[in-house]
Amino acid sequence: MTETTLPLALEATRPTPQWKLIWRQFRKHRLALISAVLLLLMGVMAIFTDQLTPYDPNANNTAYARGRPQPPSAEYVFGTDNYGRDYLSRAMVGARVSLFVGITAVIFQISIGVTIGATAGYFGGWVDNLLMRITDIFLSIPGFFLLLIISGVFGGTLLTLIFLIGALNWMTVARLVRAEFLSLKGREFIEAARCIGVPGWRLVTRHLLPNALAPIIVAATLSVPYAILTESALSFLGLGVPPPHASLGKMLEEAQQWLRTAWWMWVVPGAIISVIVLSFNFVGDGLRDAFDPQLRR
Amino acid sequence: MTRYIIRRLIQAVPLLIAISVIVFAIVEIAPGDPAQMYVDPEKGADPEYIAQVRRSLGLDQPVYVRYVSWLAKTLQGDFGFSFRTRRPVALEIGDRLPNTLLLGGVALVMSILIAVPIGIISALKRYTLIDYILSTLALVGISVPVFWVALVLLQVFAIHLNWLPGVGMRSVRVQYEGFEATLDVIRHMILPATVLSLAQTASWSRYQRSSLLEVLGQDYIRTARAKGARERRVIGLHALRNALIPMVTLIGLSVPSIVTGAFITETIFGWPGMGRLGVESINGRDYPIIMAVTMLSAVLIVVGNLLADIAYAWVDPRIRYD
Repeated sequence: MTETTLPLALEATRPTPQWKLIWRQFRKHRLALISAVLLLLMGVMAIFTDQLTPYDPNANNTAYARGRPQPPSAEYVFGTDNYGRDYLSRAMVGARVSLFVGITAVIFQISIGVTIGATAGYFGGWVDNLLMRITDIFLSIPGFFLLLIISGVFGGTLLTLIFLIGALNWMTVARLVRAEFLSLKGREFIEAARCIGVPGWRLVTRHLLPNALAPIIVAATLSVPYAILTESALSFLGLGVPPPHASLGKMLEEAQQWLRTAWWMWVVPGAIISVIVLSFNFVGDGLRDAFDPQLRR
Repeated sequence: MTRYIIRRLIQAVPLLIAISVIVFAIVEIAPGDPAQMYVDPEKGADPEYIAQVRRSLGLDQPVYVRYVSWLAKTLQGDFGFSFRTRRPVALEIGDRLPNTLLLGGVALVMSILIAVPIGIISALKRYTLIDYILSTLALVGISVPVFWVALVLLQVFAIHLNWLPGVGMRSVRVQYEGFEATLDVIRHMILPATVLSLAQTASWSRYQRSSLLEVLGQDYIRTARAKGARERRVIGLHALRNALIPMVTLIGLSVPSIVTGAFITETIFGWPGMGRLGVESINGRDYPIIMAVTMLSAVLIVVGNLLADIAYAWVDPRIRYD
């Protein structure tokens, strides 16, 4: 008697994990993939900037520069400024400041936005009304000018700059999270969770927030460019990152005097800001597609 | 509709009051004694004299009294005197505001005229090479810092080629009359208006693309095609008119970014507008001007939002407010 075993196709029925589906879709967006790799490289470079810079970014070499910016050469790949400071090293430090300000400001702004949006969407009623009126007020504030005023009048540190960029830009995320919560609240699985007695806090953190995560991540990625551009614009107007730090915006401000003669002084920092911002925009674009189940084939 | 507008206007009042409190508070806790700004340097630091100046300015009053009197004056159009020029703030702003509105308006029109056709082409040629190129260009346009584009354009067109003036609004050395003067302003406006419209153009073209794509998927488009309407007619008459509706809202909502852009663009190009006045007043700690510029920007933003909502209801019969 031969025994026949039916092969149970357990392996095949196991669903593909969510992150794998997302990754599969993200990979299709060629530019987003390249941008993500580029940003990772820049992140590593930012962490090890102190070890990687060929020169001390603040060391003058007046004998080499003789009061004029020196063009790129074998020694100084991106040239020097009029004090003979190595432009590559300064650009690396500046890129680190930009990335740091951009990412931390966005983490801060997302935390405010999620807290306010989640509170408004979960409780509804007068809480929702009050919080949305506050959001309206912040949306009507000329944020950039207020930033200019505060950093111009009070001066400020890197931390206050991050705090202010975050505090003036959380509104979009708050509205987004609120809308997500309002639409999720009526779904069956939330009702089911309520029925089996899941407490409110757990309902928010385990059931509502995870389902609203995709738009939050996309919004966060697409907010980094705004924060970076704001920081560099402030620094460009002479009101951003305070003096001891190098910043890409400040390098462009200094380059204004040498527009005619020293092209590398404005090309290098401007190109670096653009590449960072563009990469974040591409990654955000790719993530949005990747999170969209309708686009998966 | 009228009731809706009135309700929105009433809602805007607490909004503006809240903003005015914030602005007043910032200036209040800012370092520096405003009385010093009005002190006659001849009489120096005589404390008796300074106390007298403080009394005459009302600075000895408690904060809330000063806030209310400031608000009352502001509502009557009296913004006080500029610390730097000693002229009434209303006059200073009055000189500059039309220039900002002119530049902002021209930039807005440029953005619409460029963004709409680009969006239409992208949508009609979806997933073709030209769509990818235009979409990528739009992303680049959003990503490049405004002030850097300004520097590059200045370098190329004003310094290198010397085709266009790079600074100011009118030629300084030559006095033009009539049509020549208008032409002179236009020549000065080309670079700053281009810079100011760039980011707007880039993002609007993407909105226009997705808006037209959405409309093209609607049932009434299929109906129009099914009844045998020519493609040109389907796109131009049925699709485009509906695809333009979201753009109307975008224009109203773009006021904040135009205000932001004005601060940067006007400063770089020396355009004598409100944005440059604002930046100058920050550098000079000219608090009356700072407060006036902030309040005015906030009013512009609130009005922009309101106009966006009204225009939306006006062009889209499906939306009715009551």
